[in-house]
Amino acid sequence: MTVLEARGLIKDYRGIRAVDDVSLTLEHGRTVALVGQSGSGKSTMARLLLQLERPTSGEILLDGEPVARRGKRLTLYRRTVQMVFQDPFASLNPYHDVEHHLARPIRLHNPKMSADDVHRRVLHLLERVRLTPAAHVARRRPHELSGGQRQRVAIARALAPEPGVLIADEPVSMLDVSIRLGVLNLLATLQREEDLGVLYITHDLATARHFSDDILVMYRGKIVERGPADSVILDPQHDYTKTLADAAPNPDRRLAR
Amino acid sequence: MAANPIALDVPIPRRRVTLPPLTAKLATGLIIGAAIVLFGLIGPLLVQDPSRVSDVGLAGPSAEHLLGTTQTGQDVLAQLAYATRGSLIVGAIVGVLTLALSAFFGIVGAYAGGWVDEAFSLFTNIMLVIPGLPVVIVISAYVADRSLLLVSVVLAITSWAGSARVLRGSTLSLRSRDYVLASRVAGEKRWRILAVEILPNLIPLLASQVVFAVIFAILGEAGLSYLGLGASDSFTWGTMLYYAQNGLALRLGAWWWFVPPGLMLALFGAALSLINFSIDEIINPKLRSQTRAARRGWRMSREQLRKAKESTL
Repeated sequence: MTVLEARGLIKDYRGIRAVDDVSLTLEHGRTVALVGQSGSGKSTMARLLLQLERPTSGEILLDGEPVARRGKRLTLYRRTVQMVFQDPFASLNPYHDVEHHLARPIRLHNPKMSADDVHRRVLHLLERVRLTPAAHVARRRPHELSGGQRQRVAIARALAPEPGVLIADEPVSMLDVSIRLGVLNLLATLQREEDLGVLYITHDLATARHFSDDILVMYRGKIVERGPADSVILDPQHDYTKTLADAAPNPDRRLAR
Repeated sequence: MAANPIALDVPIPRRRVTLPPLTAKLATGLIIGAAIVLFGLIGPLLVQDPSRVSDVGLAGPSAEHLLGTTQTGQDVLAQLAYATRGSLIVGAIVGVLTLALSAFFGIVGAYAGGWVDEAFSLFTNIMLVIPGLPVVIVISAYVADRSLLLVSVVLAITSWAGSARVLRGSTLSLRSRDYVLASRVAGEKRWRILAVEILPNLIPLLASQVVFAVIFAILGEAGLSYLGLGASDSFTWGTMLYYAQNGLALRLGAWWWFVPPGLMLALFGAALSLINFSIDEIINPKLRSQTRAARRGWRMSREQLRKAKESTL
């Protein structure tokens, strides 16, 4: 049972404070949405939580213990916290086939597994993200797949080490509107099956409300509002949240006018 | 919701190696290049001693001497065979050294980042602004006994910096790609990310840089030798031209003495350039649609071709 906690995270880039005193908790089985406009520091939060960048101050705790920056405990952290990137066209290496992308994380976290077992796990992962026939997909290269198929491969890669926490940085913003719902439903199903803690980073209030339990609204690096999904959307307190909620198309309001 | 169906009737592709498509351009380059390399490899085993003098000086091509003789009666064909081998050795040594130096200072520096990148980049820039030919002339003039190896090393040291900068630029762009970050998140080791995730995507660029380095080395060596600053112990195309010049081959009309090495230089340079163009078309697919062959592939008429050409001018 995994709990990932961030306490008072601050990140400065040459005089610009990208993330300002942000605290949040990701628990297994719960989805937290991080909502905000472009440049509000959402993606920087993801990078900090994944230890791709060091926070200027503040700490990140995994199950109550400060996270390691190197060695065996970093490997354990990498196994526990995984990520789905925004752009499925950039997050898969054009030189390698799908099998490589899934087999590497499995091998890294199960060094003693035999080649046959790794291959079976790869096929199983592909079936879990509904990419069938798995044996065919495994031999494809990224450029032979559509955007939605690639994002499913990226999700399978994130699930390969059997993580406890999944960070999804705008996982559907680069996809066609017609397939967004499919990918989001897949993420929701996998989250229930694996009992994952999910941080869903987005700027889309509607999907944030639909798919998450809690919503954090981020504005200029600060969390300006937090609470259960419905109450944040239906009863916004902060001015910025109100603006966001008003900006979303609302057929009822339009009819009433 | 199911994903888009994947076509079942398409056969599973086997793992492919990244090779350029065999266009007429590439085929011509490969055939000429391969013929010259074969001649350089096998030729010296079949001909007589290139330094053996005889009484028939400055004779034109005949049955006995297929490419005639030099002023001192040495067989030009024999010299050409040994010279081809010499020039190719220079090209090979410089190619390998340039690859190693530019990959180390360009790729490793850019990937490591921080002060390592700063230091490597500074060193590369210094090497880049050192004027190559004068330095080569000074070094060659300073060392009396010049071997082929020494000349190659000098050429390599003065020529790797340009490719290092090109490689550094590409590596900087590749290292921040999402798929590299994804491998870090997966827990890959740093050296393995460089070797398995980044390096394969640099292969076309590396290949084109090496081909360019080989052309530069062979032409540079020929220039040095022509000035009398080349290797003193072996034949190359440049030394042949140097001796032909000293023997007044041009004024005496002994075309069989200076045309063969000159032609070999031109042909080999052209062959490598053709190969390089084909590799460039992989790196930059935009170049592909600029060629006439590609336009003809779209079944354009002569008239349409003319218009297309005008519009790109």
